[in-house]
Amino acid sequence: MSYSVTAPSSRTKLLSGLLVSLYALVTLAPLLWIIATGFKSGQDSIHYPPKVLFEPTMEGYVNLFTTRTRIPSDAQPRDPESLSWYEQIVNDKGEMIAGPSKYGERFLNSTVIGFGSTALCMLLGTMAAYAFSRFKVPLKEDLLFFILSTRMMPPIAVAIPIFLMFKNLGLNDTYFGMIMLYTAVNLSLSVWLLKGFMDEIPVEYEEAALIDGYTRFEAFIKVVLPQAITGIASTAIFCLIFAWNEYAFAVLLTSGDAQTAPPFIPTIIGVSGKDWPAVAAGATLFLVPVMVFTVLLRKHLLRGITFGAVRK
Amino acid sequence: MLRLFVDKIAQKTPVGVSKHVQGLSDKKLAWLFVSPTIILLLAINIFPLIWTIYLSFTDYRVNRPNRDVKWVDLRNYERILTDSDIWQTMQATAHFLVSTLVLQVLLGFTLAFLINKKFKGNDLLTTLIVLPMMLSPAVVGNFWTFLYQPQIGLFNYVISFLSGVDPSSFSMIGDVHLAPWAIVIVDTWMWTPFVMLICLAGLRSIPDSIYEAAECDRASQWRQFWTITIPMVLPFLMLAVLFRGIENFKMFDLVVQLTGGGPGSLTTLSSIDLKREAFEKWKTGYSSAYAVILFVTVFGLASIYVKALNKVKDR
Repeated sequence: MSYSVTAPSSRTKLLSGLLVSLYALVTLAPLLWIIATGFKSGQDSIHYPPKVLFEPTMEGYVNLFTTRTRIPSDAQPRDPESLSWYEQIVNDKGEMIAGPSKYGERFLNSTVIGFGSTALCMLLGTMAAYAFSRFKVPLKEDLLFFILSTRMMPPIAVAIPIFLMFKNLGLNDTYFGMIMLYTAVNLSLSVWLLKGFMDEIPVEYEEAALIDGYTRFEAFIKVVLPQAITGIASTAIFCLIFAWNEYAFAVLLTSGDAQTAPPFIPTIIGVSGKDWPAVAAGATLFLVPVMVFTVLLRKHLLRGITFGAVRK
Repeated sequence: MLRLFVDKIAQKTPVGVSKHVQGLSDKKLAWLFVSPTIILLLAINIFPLIWTIYLSFTDYRVNRPNRDVKWVDLRNYERILTDSDIWQTMQATAHFLVSTLVLQVLLGFTLAFLINKKFKGNDLLTTLIVLPMMLSPAVVGNFWTFLYQPQIGLFNYVISFLSGVDPSSFSMIGDVHLAPWAIVIVDTWMWTPFVMLICLAGLRSIPDSIYEAAECDRASQWRQFWTITIPMVLPFLMLAVLFRGIENFKMFDLVVQLTGGGPGSLTTLSSIDLKREAFEKWKTGYSSAYAVILFVTVFGLASIYVKALNKVKDR
């Protein structure tokens, strides 16, 4: 046979492999550039032509976590021996550390709000998904569609009344408000995904448990939950990533106490203008956890991004 | 380990509570399980939606809370639908929507088709290619402004390297002809993997036996592609278009960070325009009507599209 769709020739394979590798290289270049820029000095980052090889420095990371001022010209020069490694980096540029930056706080806010909303979302989502999967719920199809349709609204459109509501309730710029909001946003995803995972668990297991004298609730906790644990874990990672990445609500509803990292990172500036290494360092710390999670999640990725509509 | 954790919770539930919950009939348990979700969605999704609809008939402004709120009937809607600026943002949105969908479908399908040739290492490459779409659009969009810098930006450098154009002679974000494409490029970079993954699932769902039967009938590869591959992947492809279409109609974070809607209002997509009206000019009533119009548009287009999708599926 000279050709076949089901068993491609080794030449076809090689050519496809090369083309896909080329695409991967192009598509990963911006991400590698972010990581590399984080380790560049200010001058190297804006060098022409762009520098692929450079001497790595922690300058960007130090700048990310600190605020700095220029050392006044009449100040006593400080003894380099007495400075810690990060103070030296700043000192070499004629600046001194004025205090910590807000990045740590913003990162912590993202973590608290991300994990908080994910936990709540999983609790509510698992219960609702189990009910939708196993029981006759009146208007089931309508309720499920209603849950999905909440995703179609542009966030900005919902943000107007939520802004007013949160203002009246004093929830603007609070952890509680953001956790409730992100939980509501992610519920549609978690209910749909978890229902799919639970539909795949044979009902026979529970029936056996019920015959053995378990109540429905016990059967849910002791039989269904352990079976669904991989599904629950991957759904949780999806909810976490969405909450982690969310920008529109965060920028409108938070400004200080509960501001997350996505609205904050673009506002990072240095002593004189935009400090790209610091921005890149902040972005790297923020994006790398998601990259790791994506690799862990690869088997369930398709399911997650299509709300369970496509299962491999 | 998680399993143990679940067991522990089961054991730790106080006897009183568990007795109480366990004694419930299936029907009551079902309601107990569903109602928290419904209540939360009613409070944070439906109630705000109804409030938006109410506000859209008024001239309320958040920044003047003490002023009397007047009922203005349909005047907000009238003003929006006759405003030529809003039609311009609609055009920008349509341009963005159509170009990104076309590019992502072409690239995504091609990639999936190539990956489906099952060369060595295709799993690893798939995972790597998928990375951009999982990242925060705001953070990534912000960094792309750096890549797009004239002279020092990596993007400009690569383009000048390949084409010989001076890298400082063009600015993707500042130029009126290039800016609408600057946002299309980044969105395509980010979301092509999404279309690719769904197409790949479609390609993998086609049983080998169909191709084998076609080969027995001496159908050419070209013919097999058009009569087997394309029709069988089409429902998957259409689903991908639906998801991307809805998402890109709502597009805000990536573009706001990338161009801020500029130059002028060339890349001001509907969501960005709405944000300005609502949270910068504080025209709450007016922008509520705007929001309702956008929502009805997405919902209407999506419903028509889903009907078409179901027809293709049933065929």
